[in-house]
Amino acid sequence: MESTVIKTVDYNAYFGDNRVVKDVNISIPKNHVIAVMGPSGCGKTTFLRGINRMHELIPHAKADGKIFLHNEDVMQMHPIFVRLKIGMVFQRPNPFPNLSIYDNVIAGYKLNGIKLQRADKDKIVEEALTKVALWNEVKDSLRKKGTFLSGGQQQRLCIARAVAMLPEVLLFDEPTSALDPISTSTVEELFHELKKNYTLIIVTHNMQQAARVSDRTAFFYMGELVEYDDIKKMFTNPKDNRTQNYITGRFS
Amino acid sequence: MNALLKYRIAKSKTLHVLTSVLAFACVLPLMAILSFIIKAGITKINWHFLVNIPKPVGEAGGGIANALLGTLIIIAVAAAIAIPVGILCGVYLSENKNSRLANWSRLCVDILQGVPSIVIGIVAYFWLVKPLGGFSAFSGSVALAMMMLPIVIRSTEETLKLLPDSLKEAAFALGTPFHRVILKVIIPCGISGILSGVMLSVARVAGETAPLLFTAFGNPYLSANITKPMQSLPLLIFNYATSPYNDWHDLAWGASFILLVFVLLLNISTKLMTKKWKVQL
Repeated sequence: MESTVIKTVDYNAYFGDNRVVKDVNISIPKNHVIAVMGPSGCGKTTFLRGINRMHELIPHAKADGKIFLHNEDVMQMHPIFVRLKIGMVFQRPNPFPNLSIYDNVIAGYKLNGIKLQRADKDKIVEEALTKVALWNEVKDSLRKKGTFLSGGQQQRLCIARAVAMLPEVLLFDEPTSALDPISTSTVEELFHELKKNYTLIIVTHNMQQAARVSDRTAFFYMGELVEYDDIKKMFTNPKDNRTQNYITGRFS
Repeated sequence: MNALLKYRIAKSKTLHVLTSVLAFACVLPLMAILSFIIKAGITKINWHFLVNIPKPVGEAGGGIANALLGTLIIIAVAAAIAIPVGILCGVYLSENKNSRLANWSRLCVDILQGVPSIVIGIVAYFWLVKPLGGFSAFSGSVALAMMMLPIVIRSTEETLKLLPDSLKEAAFALGTPFHRVILKVIIPCGISGILSGVMLSVARVAGETAPLLFTAFGNPYLSANITKPMQSLPLLIFNYATSPYNDWHDLAWGASFILLVFVLLLNISTKLMTKKWKVQL
């Protein structure tokens, strides 16, 4: 029996009075890659941002229901604590432009005021950059600014930044939509490596990507979780009409 | 058809020439002021002029050390008041774009910018000079700080508004508390714009005379006590230029030159600094 890392119970998210995520119940098993797909505006990104309480940073946004990280309700925890446990990577690479590559990786420690010995810092940086397959490319330019890297490298740097905090879960919000095909495939390969240590939830609007990277796929439509299954089953034998319509390209 | 075309080309050429001429015309006032002050002032400047206080009427020589020191102290104290308040207020305005408090305070800041400096001087007189029982450099600093605030606030706000939200999200997603997001990410990323606002505000108030007339008041002797009256360059220029003595006129010219150089240097170093510290997004 696989252990569950994240489990939501009747999770709703709103913008003002507009309910954009509706009664989502989902269990996410440890060390799996879960893809969340669906047409634009289906609430998939909002759902993802709900998991680490980023949703509520937007004015007038609110949420209810329960999200369990192991046995603790994320909704009752302090957001700062939640975000230390659940890392996030965004659509566009967003390294801190005022920090070097090195400092970007340990930004989570720096920004939270956690003091580290020089040797520990070096170790964290090397490990995190190795995990995202960036170490060999940047080991000689660690003191350069993070924005000096290419888009794909920047995105991997952002993943390293999240990984360095040793979170339990990593959330990815369309992590490759701003990248070229080669960088995209590098990042996708990373997912297979990362899932050995972390649980990954990836929002994507790209069915092929979901098929390539995920162990299980959640299909969202109009804020509802329509189907949650192995993607091969979804392609061959969708249980719901809406899934079938989406997969066959009747709407996108 | 051809005539029409020629007419249109002529029209656009005229406008082109007109804009160039007017752009050049804008340079003329500054050039005129510069050449005038340099011609009249530079001959008065020497070491003696910078390190001595004015001599009594009738004695040759004398300098402006008291005014120079006074200006530096008054501005430093004003900056110490205006910079933290202004930056934090600017942060609030950029973080809470549409809250009621933000709209009101933005309006007030805009109006404060338009308040005549003499009025600010009078207000400082009633708020500080009268209750404290006498003219003081500190009250002058407060008056100048009020004039610096709008510039610092608006430049901070405008700079921070240009930073992408993704930057803040990146910091929040790492579990960073709000105060550290502001202090460690937002302000460092906008530092070049914030600094340029600060420098420009200093340059702006360095030559202000009116707010100091009823506050710092002026002092013919060297003083570094901010609770007592203090001389400053604009006050010295105002008092000595309107006096009937030639020696004092010379001091006023020299002081004008120093003040002008100070403001020019501030502006130029602002330009260099913003270029150097600009964070590439």
